[in-house]
Amino acid sequence: MAATETFYDVIRRQGVTRRSFVKFCSLTAASMGLGATGAVDMAQALETNERVPVIWMHGLECTCCSESFIRSAHPLVKDVVLSMISLDYDDTLMAAAGHQAEAILEETKAKYKGKYILAVEGNPPLNEGGMFCIDGGKPFVEKLKWMAEDAMAIIAWGACASWGCVQAAKPNPTQATPIDKVITNKPIIKVPGCPPIAEVMTGVVTFITTFGRLPELDRQGRPKMFYSQRIHDKCYRRPHFDAGQFVEEWDDEGARKGYCLYKMGCKGPTTYNACSTVRWNNGVSFPIQSGHGCIGCSEDGFWDKGPFYERLSNIHPFGVEANADKIGFAVAGTVGVAVAAHAGITAVKRITTKGSGSTDGGPPA
Amino acid sequence: MTELTQIGDISDSHGATAIARPTVYVYEAPVRLWHWVNAAAILVLIVTGYLIASPLPSLSGEASAHFQMGYIRFIHFTAGQIMAIGFLFRVYWGFVGNTHARQIFHVPVWRRSFWRGVLHEIRWYSFLEKSPKQYVGHNPLAQTAMFFLYTLTALFMIVTGFALYSEGEGAASWQHALFGWVFSIWPNSQEVHTLHHLGMWVLVTFIVVHIYAAIREDIMSRQSIISSMISGERQFRDGD
Repeated sequence: MAATETFYDVIRRQGVTRRSFVKFCSLTAASMGLGATGAVDMAQALETNERVPVIWMHGLECTCCSESFIRSAHPLVKDVVLSMISLDYDDTLMAAAGHQAEAILEETKAKYKGKYILAVEGNPPLNEGGMFCIDGGKPFVEKLKWMAEDAMAIIAWGACASWGCVQAAKPNPTQATPIDKVITNKPIIKVPGCPPIAEVMTGVVTFITTFGRLPELDRQGRPKMFYSQRIHDKCYRRPHFDAGQFVEEWDDEGARKGYCLYKMGCKGPTTYNACSTVRWNNGVSFPIQSGHGCIGCSEDGFWDKGPFYERLSNIHPFGVEANADKIGFAVAGTVGVAVAAHAGITAVKRITTKGSGSTDGGPPA
Repeated sequence: MTELTQIGDISDSHGATAIARPTVYVYEAPVRLWHWVNAAAILVLIVTGYLIASPLPSLSGEASAHFQMGYIRFIHFTAGQIMAIGFLFRVYWGFVGNTHARQIFHVPVWRRSFWRGVLHEIRWYSFLEKSPKQYVGHNPLAQTAMFFLYTLTALFMIVTGFALYSEGEGAASWQHALFGWVFSIWPNSQEVHTLHHLGMWVLVTFIVVHIYAAIREDIMSRQSIISSMISGERQFRDGD
């Protein structure tokens, strides 16, 4: 691929008018909330910047991130892959295979030292020397470290790369480890979700390729523009939550009327993602709109914060399943009973001590 | 924790002995005020907090006609702010108040007399000691319980409470700037919710023990405990 071309060159060659190009810049800048001068900056950047080479690698994962990515509508993924970025390597999408494909890694690493983006889907398992995920005859963790050396930045796609996801759920037999615990000397942008929303993925790629830098990240390393608010904060069922109108059973009146799914275990109040605003499949719907609570798939260790259908998380003291209320009630109850018993013994002691006429410790009448 | 020194009885002109009841001013007015405001705030926080985790039965009708969950959360947040400000004030009073005002903020583990006192109290509560010791402030065991079950738990609840509150206020809020670091320790706020919930049960347990011990010592150790938190004065009804 000709990586010296600019995005503008490519789309002009494809017959896109300058007018349409400027429109695209305005719309994209607006959707990212970049402000009035954002569109101008974006047009300037796309006209002058070289297309950024992207290497997309797959570790321990299910490819749901790729499945999501290829369904992006704004911008269309074909525009991203064919025009905006130079997707030089992606073993599930590329035509090349075997040694031919692996040679691209060597070439990119040498030619674009410190300039390419390393997008990682999935994570490396570290147990048994990394043998639970072999890629090109070597443990994936070695390939990851090798390509990360000369990358400009790393995109951690999905809950796997960001937090660990299902393969890192207890007891995590393969010791699947999120990217930021393995690569510590490169800027890492986490795009969590299982999978992340397609438009969020292409939006992040567009931002980086356009401006040549990472978007502003929050404390957890997620792009603020998509992960600064909870599902709950922008949920269209929020008024029912504030009113105290909840679905109590899956087939009750509240479920039919679209009441809040909080009591059914919806994790919207603790999940940072853009589902309730951007939605899925070209803005058609998202889990809560379809009548099912959020399972919190973009959050750390969400598999271990279940059950998905109860408000209170299970905790496992001494290997027994319980939640905070069950444990708390047991502890407070036990202490209460102990206090009552202690009070009883105290009373008996006091009466018997008085009855025997003992003076030591017994108060004067 | 100063042990009491006994003073003699006084006789009047008729020869009747007025029993000397040594009285010490322990709890200053601001401490007492804090205690009762704080107790009320915590009671409200426990009830509303429980209802936030396990809401009341669903209401019917238009959503615009109700604001039940909104009010419950508003009351919880208000009581939480009162508790937090009270805690800050109480820390300040620990510095400027009398020595008893400092007791709940530390455990003098480096003092031999403290450990002897703890051992004595454990034996006293196990019915192995026949006579109690009297203390002007908290006894050593009470001080330990107060520090771990109350002071540290309250601090934990205030910090996690503000961190959870900052989620609604947004990343640009002062609550997030001051308490957002909680999510660096526990990135998933569901985890913080669970811990905050467990903290409530620690406080419930503390309240059970606290009230029982206060009533029991008032009777058994022959010293005023409950009325002391109203008048500020501790009266010793007889010596040991």
